Amino acid sequence: MKSVGIVGWGAYIPLYRIAVDEIAKMWGIDPFLAKALGMYEKAVGGLDEDAVTIGVEAAMNALQRAKIKPDSIGAVFFGTESKPYAVKPSATIVAEVLGITPNTMASDLEFACRAASEGLRAAFALVESGQIDYGLVIGADTAQANPGDVLELTASSGGAAFIVGPSSESVAILEGVFTFITDTPDFWRREGVPYPFHGEGFTGDPAYFHHIIGAVEGLMKKLGLSPNDFDYAIFHQPNGKFPLVVGKRLGFSREKIIPSLVTPYAGNTYNGSALLGFARVLENVAKPGDRILVAPFGSGAGSDAFSFIVTDKLEERKKLAPTVDDYLSNKKIISYSEYARMRQLIKIVR
Amino acid sequence: MVWKLSPVSVWRHRIPRYRLIGKECKKCGKHHYPPKLACPYCGSRDLKNIELPRSGIIETYTVIYEVGEEFRHKAPVVIGLVKLDDGTRVIAPITDVAEDELEIGLRVEATFRRIRDGDHFGVIGYGLSFRPIRTNVSKTSS
Ligand SMILES: [Zn+2]
Repeated sequence: MKSVGIVGWGAYIPLYRIAVDEIAKMWGIDPFLAKALGMYEKAVGGLDEDAVTIGVEAAMNALQRAKIKPDSIGAVFFGTESKPYAVKPSATIVAEVLGITPNTMASDLEFACRAASEGLRAAFALVESGQIDYGLVIGADTAQANPGDVLELTASSGGAAFIVGPSSESVAILEGVFTFITDTPDFWRREGVPYPFHGEGFTGDPAYFHHIIGAVEGLMKKLGLSPNDFDYAIFHQPNGKFPLVVGKRLGFSREKIIPSLVTPYAGNTYNGSALLGFARVLENVAKPGDRILVAPFGSGAGSDAFSFIVTDKLEERKKLAPTVDDYLSNKKIISYSEYARMRQLIKIVR
Repeated sequence: MVWKLSPVSVWRHRIPRYRLIGKECKKCGKHHYPPKLACPYCGSRDLKNIELPRSGIIETYTVIYEVGEEFRHKAPVVIGLVKLDDGTRVIAPITDVAEDELEIGLRVEATFRRIRDGDHFGVIGYGLSFRPIRTNVSKTSS
């Protein structure tokens, strides 16, 4: 089997932000709750943005960094839970825009916030087995939340894309991966229902913590590693608090987790959440030789733990596209009414 | 009442709309967009596909308040005449822009957006829009 890794990565966060305090004020949510969740602002996709357009932006940045020809990509996996079409792939649209068509695999994956993570596993396996040269994996969402639900404080728009390929061209080489899945109904959206529902307190211990801990402990056992062997740890970020708590339970210090935190400033971009954190660590702090843990989580429920070793190819690729921090600083604050209009919480009958 | 978009039309125009592919005239050398069967400058039919530069300036623009039903949720709609860096002119929506930011000469770059929503049951018309170049997040200025 070939050795594989990350050849390119790209982020995208829309221009608009709403302050989480404004949402809390609008619906009479305890203002202390926003603070307890470690949240400041969340990103809002514009009226002409959806998961597909966000995915295209992120994928273009990833292609710029990977410096490969689009038609050398043999698989496009699009992880989202906000598909513009219930039936009709988003992945084909992205593949056509980027010039990857027609000789490629392409599909949309759904596993709440973890679909893109499983896409990564699949793409790595396809490259490892020699069936494709490169794979493009996108995690992008315009996350929905029932107005006034506590979820509305965090659910946001944004995405990240990763191109996987041979380790000889990689900025981070895959060292190992471990997956932990059970049937746990912590969060769901039924067919034809506009907003997801969640099992209140049930989303924490039996879901987020149980699965991430299961995946990360499994990975460390498999590779014979302990938290001290990792320089950075990136977890799924449903809010600003959970990643720090799960890290503490596993034995990772705050310093190893804080560089990855994007959700406090951009909200939870669902499939983009952990992957934007990974992108930010690659861009801001990672050095050749560092070992990085990436552990996305998806409700329903499951988690994958990946271990990567950073290479000396990282530095030259950073500047080839806008960074997560570039996007975080490029923002326009909007009111609740503007946000409600953009995300079509106010529906016009046309 | 909003009409369904034609799937055939969306499909037929997807490549120029998705990738900013125009035509170069092999006789007079000029570029045009969207692709036509004959060169609008000299009439030659000897044309080839060309990927146009993704950045340019707003040459002129209009802010449309009285929009059709399909665009009512997006009003006002800003339409720009964009002069790309190779001189090709493109008519397209301008996005992520406040009205007081709009000015002739403003540098813009192409972005892939959801241009037409059609009705709720039909296909979605994706395509190109232009947004002001904000240096730190520009794909074209570096
Ligand atoms: Zn001509």
